[in-house]
Amino acid sequence: MNQPGNLPRSGLGSLVLIAAVLAGGAAAFAYTAGWLSPDRLTPERMIAALTPPSGAPLGHRRNHAKGICFTGVFEANGNGVELSRARVFERGTYPALGRFNLGTADPNAVDATVRVRGLGLQIVADGEEWRMALINPPFFAVSTPQSFHELLIASGKKDPDAMKTFIQANPEFAAFAAWAKSAPWTASYAEEPYHGLNSFIFTDAKGGGHAVRWSLLPSAEVVPISQAELEKRGSNFLEQEIVERVRASGPQRWTMVTTVADPGDPTADPSKAWPEGRRTVQVGTLVVQRIEQERDGPCRDINFDPTVLPRGIRLSDDPFPAARSSVYRKSYDLRAAEASDYPRTEAGKP
Amino acid sequence: MSNEPHRFAPIQRLLHWLMAACIVAMLFIGVGMVSTVAPKYLPLILIHKTLGVTLLVLVVIRLALRLHYGAPPLPDDLPPAIKLGARLSHLALYGFMIIMPLLGLGMLWAAAYPIVLYGGIQIPALLAPSDRVHTLLWDAHFYLGFAFFALVLLHLAAALFHALIRRDGVFATIALLSLRNKTTPAE
Ligand code: HEM
Ligand code: HEM
Ligand code: HEM
Repeated sequence: MNQPGNLPRSGLGSLVLIAAVLAGGAAAFAYTAGWLSPDRLTPERMIAALTPPSGAPLGHRRNHAKGICFTGVFEANGNGVELSRARVFERGTYPALGRFNLGTADPNAVDATVRVRGLGLQIVADGEEWRMALINPPFFAVSTPQSFHELLIASGKKDPDAMKTFIQANPEFAAFAAWAKSAPWTASYAEEPYHGLNSFIFTDAKGGGHAVRWSLLPSAEVVPISQAELEKRGSNFLEQEIVERVRASGPQRWTMVTTVADPGDPTADPSKAWPEGRRTVQVGTLVVQRIEQERDGPCRDINFDPTVLPRGIRLSDDPFPAARSSVYRKSYDLRAAEASDYPRTEAGKP
Repeated sequence: MSNEPHRFAPIQRLLHWLMAACIVAMLFIGVGMVSTVAPKYLPLILIHKTLGVTLLVLVVIRLALRLHYGAPPLPDDLPPAIKLGARLSHLALYGFMIIMPLLGLGMLWAAAYPIVLYGGIQIPALLAPSDRVHTLLWDAHFYLGFAFFALVLLHLAAALFHALIRRDGVFATIALLSLRNKTTPAE
């Protein structure tokens, strides 16, 4: 090919060109990674906003940090088949694993100080997994993942005006605040409803899509209790109670109810409940048979990522599941790496 | 030396460029997806897993072809230290191409995530869940990902050095199209 004779003349230009290509490549990489955009809402920033001033709950979930594992089954009654071809809706009994939890970043929180209660659930049918994480309010506090981040920042500020400013900018929060104030407290995880809030699309056998949300409604009788009374029962009453309840009265049940959207119902905004009177289909029953402490329990190292879906269920235009998946993954990576801060009992001394 | 090939076989060249494009995409998708909470996170991670597993299959084929066809010799006037560097860096590139997808799969298995690729293809788990193993493999996938990118940049710089400055025919050995009539690639 060429003689290296003309090296000196074109050499410098070529070196500059090579340097420019490398610098350009590295800069594009840094940009893609977000290193040049400190304003990008990354999972790290979301987790930083969740972290209390006292520090991160090492080894624990970065939110809903306090919880207890359960195992049981999901009994599908077959009614869901008309909406979704997912195997899990075919009449039958499928193994389930989950976690009752409190919506707080403090694994040692006093039960009566935490308004939101949640349930993580995984159902396995025919090798396909369905994971979800549901909470007891009937709608979410905010409309978008961005405003959830702003809420965390505002509520973490000492400045009393911060929340006022936030509510002005996010009026949907008022409904949630009203729920938090007026909804009855209960003294049991078993007496709570758990709502998925996010919208998904069920695909039926003919390929038709149905926008849905789903809830788990308790069979246990709901006995309201005042927050003060709950506080008197002790800081860790809910976990003691569910252990005792399942031991004494046997399995606890929730009916899974799917609500089907009418055309035009908002699917992208979990802070907007759909109007009353929408068609609902009872698709089965969650049966909680056994409670296990989280430390050594089967739910500990599971990420109840709401985007783990079987065929027959897919995402809608709701932006939350993707945001949650990204943040839960990061939270999982962190807590798995910090396992020695939350040692299993077999592993020995704390 | 005369009976060694002058260029990589066409299928080797094709695979080199196809995989190069895909690997660069993997590196960018990797760092892009983990830094966003936007809806595009989910399609990106689905592409990352699917393309990553595809690349694992491709590298196996590529290694078999490499053993079968061999590689053209480097120029005689290349200093031995540079030749060694070239060989070691190519070895390392192959190493990354094999290990990165395995680490990606392994860390998901160890975290008990189901692995479902584009088209609903399920990959069965070959590792038991373990937070220790997950962390080890995650760290490796993370740090080696950056090392891989650095090496690709170095490799790119070396290729351009051969093509533009030394003009010693090394670039032509892997070029997709014959550059024979393009005598002045620089300037
Ligand atoms: C963008 C909004 C949200 C963010 C940033 C967020 C953040 C988090 C994080 C970091 C965790 C811990 C995950 C882990 O380590 O496994 C978590 C758990 C949880 N989240 Fe969210 N969350 C969001 C929205 C929601 C919504 C809309 C719901 C309910 C519908 C919800 C219900 C839960 C529940 C029940 C858990 C506990 C799951 C378990 O037991 O592992 N979250 N959330
Ligand atoms: C992700 C990107 C890339 C990877 C993983 C990669 C990998 C490799 C490997 C393993 C070899 C050695 C082949 C063998 O001896 O079996 C090779 C050769 C080569 N690559 Fe790449 N490559 C990449 C991108 C590039 C780019 C962007 C260029 C140029 C602009 C390039 C130019 C070359 C050249 C000129 C050779 C021939 C070296 C020789 O003849 O020994 N490569 N590449
Ligand atoms: C050529 C192959 C691959 C390359 C070059 C690659 C590269 C990367 C890079 C650069 C990241 C971002 C690391 C960070 O900044 O945090 C990443 C993350 C990730 N990769 Fe890969 N990857 C490959 C294959 C795979 C495969 C086959 C899978 C799984 C099937 C996979 C799963 C993942 C996951 C889940 C993450 C996010 C990890 C986390 O933060 O939890 N990768 N990858």
